[in-house]
Order: sequence, then C-alpha cells, then structure tokens
Amino acid sequence: MTKEKKRTLTTYAIVIAAWAVIEILMRAGLLSSHLQGLLVPMVYYAITAVALNICVGILGELSLGHAGFMCVGAFSSALFSLLTADVLPGGLRFFLALVIGTAVTALIGFLIGIPVLRLNGDYLAIVTLAFGEIIKNLLNAIYFGVDSAGVHVSMQNQMALGLQPDGQTLINGAMGVTGIPHDSNFTLSVVLLLLALFIAQNLIHSKQGRAIMSIRDNRIAAQSIGINVVRYKMMAFTISAAIAGMAGVLFSHNISTIQATSQYFGYNVSILILVYVVLGGIGNIRGSVIAACILYLLPELLRGLNKYRMLIYSIVLIVVMIVNWAPAAIEKREKLAAKFHPAKSAEKKEA
Amino acid sequence: MALLEVNNLCISFGGLRAVDDFHINIEKGELHGLIGPNGAGKTTVFNLLTGVYTPDEGIIRLDGKDITGHKTMEINHDGIARTFQNIRLFHQMSILDNVKAALENQYQYSLFESLTHLGRYGRVEKEMTARAMDLLKVFSLDSDPDLLASNLPYGQQRKLEIARAMATDPRLLLLDEPAAGMNPNETRELMDTIELIRDKFGITILLIEHDMKLVSGICEKLTVLNFGRILAEGETKTVLSNPEVVKAYLGDE
Repeated sequence: MTKEKKRTLTTYAIVIAAWAVIEILMRAGLLSSHLQGLLVPMVYYAITAVALNICVGILGELSLGHAGFMCVGAFSSALFSLLTADVLPGGLRFFLALVIGTAVTALIGFLIGIPVLRLNGDYLAIVTLAFGEIIKNLLNAIYFGVDSAGVHVSMQNQMALGLQPDGQTLINGAMGVTGIPHDSNFTLSVVLLLLALFIAQNLIHSKQGRAIMSIRDNRIAAQSIGINVVRYKMMAFTISAAIAGMAGVLFSHNISTIQATSQYFGYNVSILILVYVVLGGIGNIRGSVIAACILYLLPELLRGLNKYRMLIYSIVLIVVMIVNWAPAAIEKREKLAAKFHPAKSAEKKEA
Repeated sequence: MALLEVNNLCISFGGLRAVDDFHINIEKGELHGLIGPNGAGKTTVFNLLTGVYTPDEGIIRLDGKDITGHKTMEINHDGIARTFQNIRLFHQMSILDNVKAALENQYQYSLFESLTHLGRYGRVEKEMTARAMDLLKVFSLDSDPDLLASNLPYGQQRKLEIARAMATDPRLLLLDEPAAGMNPNETRELMDTIELIRDKFGITILLIEHDMKLVSGICEKLTVLNFGRILAEGETKTVLSNPEVVKAYLGDE
C-alpha cells in the first residue's frame, strides 16, 4: 500500500519537475520557438496515452479509436469556445470548454461502448477502429451554423445551411472550425496531465478499479464472484474516452483551426498512441507518459536528419521494446539496480 | 427445508445428453460430495448451478427461491460461490486484491469517491482490507498479501480461490476438485480447512473430488454421476460400497 503510494507520488513529482525545468528553460529563452510549439502537443499525447492505458492496461481491451474520442473533445469544446468567445473571459471559458468537451466525449464513449463492449479482443479492436473513422469522416462532411433562427445542419455545403446574414458558420465541412481562441498553454496542459494521472491512479486503487481489473484477468471468475461485467466495462471505457476527450480540448485550444483530417484524428494516430502505451508498459500509467513524451519529441527533434528520421525512430522503438521486455535485459537491469540499492534487492530476494 | 433443491435437471450439447434428470437435496450445513468418472458431467452440473449454462429442463431452488435461469452474477448475489477445476485467479492482482475484489458487492462508495479518494473511500477501504485480511488468515495466506497471485505455489492458489469465493459471503460453496494436483500433506491440510469453513462459518459445501481419501474423510453424503445420470446417492459409506459405483470407477472384473 505504502509502496504503491510512493510510486504514485513519484509519478506526480516527475511530471512537476519536468514542468519546472522546461518552464525555466523557456523563461531563460533557451528553447527555440519550434520546440516550444511542441510542448502542448506532447502533453496532450501523453494524456491520451494515459486514457488509452486505462482501456488497454486496466480493462484489458484493445481500442484503436481513441483518436476519434480526441476528435469529439476537440470539436465540441471548440464550438463552445467559438460561441462564447465574446461573452466569457478566457479562463472561465476554457474551464467550461473543458467540462463540456470531456462530458460530450464521455457520452459518445458511453454510446459507442454499448455495441462495442459486447465484443472481445480483436473484434472489439476492429470495431473501435471503425467508430473512430466514422467520427472523423462525419465531422469532415458536416456543415453546422447558427443564426438568430437557431441551428442549421447540412451534409452538402455551406450554402445549404441557409444562414441569415447575422449567422455564423461554425463547422465548415472539411475546412473544419476556425478562429478558436488560444486558451491553452503549457502550464495548463501539465495541470490537466496531472489531473488525468490522478484519476487513473485513483481508479486503479479503488473498488471499481479492482472490479475492472478482475474482468481483465478472468472474466468468468469475475462473474462468479458477482461482479457486473457489463457495468464495469462500460465504466472503464467511458472514463478512458472522457480523458481522451480532455486531451482533445487541449488540442483545439492550442491551434486556431482544427480539421478532422487523418493527420490529427485518423487511425494512424490511434496506433501511434497505442505504441506509446505498449512501449511504456501496458498497465503502467507512468510509463505511458514517459514513452509518449520521448517518442513524440524524438521524430521532431530528428527533423535535421531528414531522410534518416523515421529509420532512427523505428530503430529506437525496437531497442526500447527489447530493453523493456526481453528477459535477459530485465535480468541485467535488476543486477544493475542491485548494485545501487543493495538493501532493497536483498529484501526482494527474501520475499 | 433443504438449502439446495434441484429436480429433473437436464442439458444437451448437440446430440449429447450431458446431464440427464439430475436431482440433489442438500441440507443446511451439509458437506456433500459429487463424484464420478471423468466426463460424467460433474463440472457441467456446477456450471448449471452457477448459471454458466441454462438448463434445458429442471428447476434449481436455493432456500426455497427459484434461481433457475439466473445469470452467473445474480446467482452469486443469491448466495452461491464456486471455485474452478482449472484455477481462475486474477493473476495480475495481489493476493489481497483478489479477495477484496470479491467484497465488491458488500461495500459501497461512489465512482466520484473512487476517482478522488475523498468521502467514504478511506474508511470503507480500511474495512475491506481488514475483512480480507481476516479471511486470508483463515487460509494462512496473510504473510505477504501484496504478492501477485500468479507467484503463489499451486496449492496456495487453490486456497486463495476458496478464500475469494468465501469473501462473497455465500450460503452454498461449490468446490470443483479442490485437491487436484496437491500432495498428501497439502490435501490433509485442505481437508482441515474445508471442515473449518463449514464449522466456523456455517457454510454448506458441495464438492467435486477424485481423491477418495478426501471424499470418504469429510463428505457426509455422496451423489455419484456416470454418463450424465445419477448412479447412486446417499450416505458416503453406503455409496462407496455399492457394487455399481465400484464398477463405474474400476471397471468390470
């Protein structure tokens, strides 16, 4: 219990320390503007990795649709901020946008969960992938606007909305949403990352978390001890979607224009996030954050190497995988740890 | 009135009549054995009793209440808990969490309290841990409760499975080959534990077992299955000396 608490607190400490270092570097003018621009995206990928780890590591179901949930959070909160841009002050507006983006994504996650969670394993993964693509393509094709007469929706083009002269087009089909206020910043993103970590860690160490993990470990046994499998699967999936939605809110409030393109919300992004989760360790929340940060920054920092960039990235993926999971590597690591903490490892051996 | 009352239970898989006209009456506090050769349908009976399969025909009553067709989860809430022939623990969870997971329905706090660790969380978790540790003590599994369940030796995994089933506070406990894979020492220890459960917690037990020493040592009554049908039933001694039963187990001379 205390060991786990220590681990959780260390995770928060690492995040806060990393934030402090980056903040100091930024203030001192040591970070290029290119690098500064990468910080918020890095954090929202880390948040999505935490979200996906709840689904993959805690619930034990593979989801390939988390980019779709990010997309829902991004669009729903962007619409809110756009509508209230002149009415509300920045801080309150972002807070409300966050609440709305997270809530809408939770709702969508819940609705998608109803059919999807009837499936298991590979089938579930494929269907989540399909839902993710549906969300993206739907938001790519939709035209949405408001005027004094109310809301207008069309799937054809902007003209078909038939807006009054005082009307405003909010979603302009493939052109997406433009003019979103730039309400997020690095510090706010880190606060949200801490919130996501807090929720994930607390869930794991609660009775609901135990019920979810028992389903992951053995569904039949979980049923036999009276655990409501459907209920807890829905709960985990919805929480996971909601946190991904939260990352989406950060996304849309970091750039003024969002479009539902494959580059940002396609299945390749879902798979990228899955790579973070797998490399960081399935079920290891802290690992997901670290893996997401490193693996997001790596290809960006390697831009100078141009042609070799993706080659190096792939090699790093393979090396990390081996170092993390190969039995021989684990043994070496433990020996190394024993050298530094002789007392601790002796304790371990006794146990 | 009997605690468990089963009449005319039948199920077929394709053309195979796996269980046919099965009936059983178990009184409160009884230790009842279900034996029979491999493939006789013993585990299928357990799966019928716990709602894994829905019977084609027949009625299952627990303490007078009809529970036929209830789902596995509901049957556990009704008061039946079980263990499995091939151990089904929550392998990636600690010993303590395996038992605490089974306390799920007896302790309440909201999802909000769970995500924030506020409100009732601290108090209820403490109570759950205390209750789980008490149970683990009964099975002498309390020395290292944070160990992963998968790291336990085989015999103790079986015990942990029983402890987990006990944590759901059942009236009837179904044990599916609890002594499978145990050495004679472990089996003797297990027999003591089973009797302890019955005497200390007042739980009625139905168990499937091949180890005749265990069966004759602790079971008061037996039901013998062969090819899905009841071959013999009654007092342990009488049943075990029944020539039909001996023939089913050992073959014709």
